[in-house]
Amino acid sequence: MKNLFYYTVFPGFLFTVTLGFLSSWLDRKVTARVQWRVGPPLLQPVYDVIKLLGKEIIIPQGAPKFLFLMLPLVGLASAILVSTMNWLSMLDAGSGFVGDWIVVIYLLAVPAIMLILGSFASANPLASVGGSREIKLLLGYELPFVMACLVPVIKAHSIKLGEIIAFQASSGILLSSVSGVAAFIIALLCIQAKLGLVPFDMAEAETEIMAGAYIEFSGAVLAVFKLTKFIMLVASPLFLVVLFMGSEIKSIVGFLFVLLKYILVVVLLVLIRNTNPRVKIDQAVRFFWGPITALAVTAIILAMIGL
Amino acid sequence: MNLKLKALTKSLWVFHAACSPCNNCDIEILDVLTPRYDVERFGIQLVGSVRHADVLLVSGVPNYKTAKRLKLLYEQAAKPCFVVSIGTCAIGGNFFRHSYNFVKPVDEIVPVAAYIPGCPPKPEAIIMGVVKLINSLKG
Repeated sequence: MKNLFYYTVFPGFLFTVTLGFLSSWLDRKVTARVQWRVGPPLLQPVYDVIKLLGKEIIIPQGAPKFLFLMLPLVGLASAILVSTMNWLSMLDAGSGFVGDWIVVIYLLAVPAIMLILGSFASANPLASVGGSREIKLLLGYELPFVMACLVPVIKAHSIKLGEIIAFQASSGILLSSVSGVAAFIIALLCIQAKLGLVPFDMAEAETEIMAGAYIEFSGAVLAVFKLTKFIMLVASPLFLVVLFMGSEIKSIVGFLFVLLKYILVVVLLVLIRNTNPRVKIDQAVRFFWGPITALAVTAIILAMIGL
Repeated sequence: MNLKLKALTKSLWVFHAACSPCNNCDIEILDVLTPRYDVERFGIQLVGSVRHADVLLVSGVPNYKTAKRLKLLYEQAAKPCFVVSIGTCAIGGNFFRHSYNFVKPVDEIVPVAAYIPGCPPKPEAIIMGVVKLINSLKG
């Protein structure tokens, strides 16, 4: 019962969706300010989702109905779970279980896999192109992402998020070490690709493959995909906050401090998004498997020798 | 005003269907999104797929090739979807109306909710058209 409350209300669904709406607005507002525009009002993401919920759902001819409608929900559920686990491990360092680090990394990949399956289930050639790009991107960034996330594990000698946070509370945040900084930069770029933000948004390139993987989704199904995106914008930067600058939340001030760090990471992502053009899929994979993986190996070696 | 209608008028996603225009209207449409006019303030944004669209913005002369595709696009859109015909070409054919490949004005192919005349219309006129559309939705 308590777990259900955690999942649906406080650090889970309701809280995360609210935070997701706010951070999506922040994303669009910062983008607008960078381009010297005014930007949308605060409630804009809420209006978007409510409007989509009220629209017609079209299921394309030849698409498997069950898969087409169910996949976004699976993605949404796992994104919420990631966010809940991150918040809970910060609220109470002992609340996790050994190996929740692995579970979070698995769950973070689920929305991308659901998007891939959804795009292939929508029986559209452009969606297939988007889906195949998403697969290549996933193969590209997962390796350096897991390696970068290994650095805190090596430092803290634990694969439990709560213990990683406790380690940082006792001997300084990981971002104050050389290997921590290197791993943070790698993980930030991988998160950029995971969220499908601009240099790595080739799976949904509006101008060339017309929203790619999302092309056939309409109405409430698209609303669920949008919600998943908002929640991923909460869950994945929050995972970086936990791993690299984690601190326990013991009071309101501690909570605001975590929120500040989270906003900092989101603004960094948005600035990277606004100052880079879209790269091609082969460039992205070469980038992730070349210099980024080499840097990740270096970061792991540095962490092993204690830097 | 009910919530659904309010959300709809506050977040109109536009799919731009170019039925062989001369690109002047398209340039003016892009102007509306630039910092000077910035219609994203009102939640208006361009989308890539017609399935996501609330507004089908049609520019250009519907000819034998584009007219049936325009009809197909309207059928593919998730309803409610409103058609806005922009530019004198889309409204009445302009000086292409006696051309051999002109079919009919847009409003005889698909139901049109708002007209934005001009050759090309100024960005101010486009925003005026958006206001007219929103007012007609509110009734």
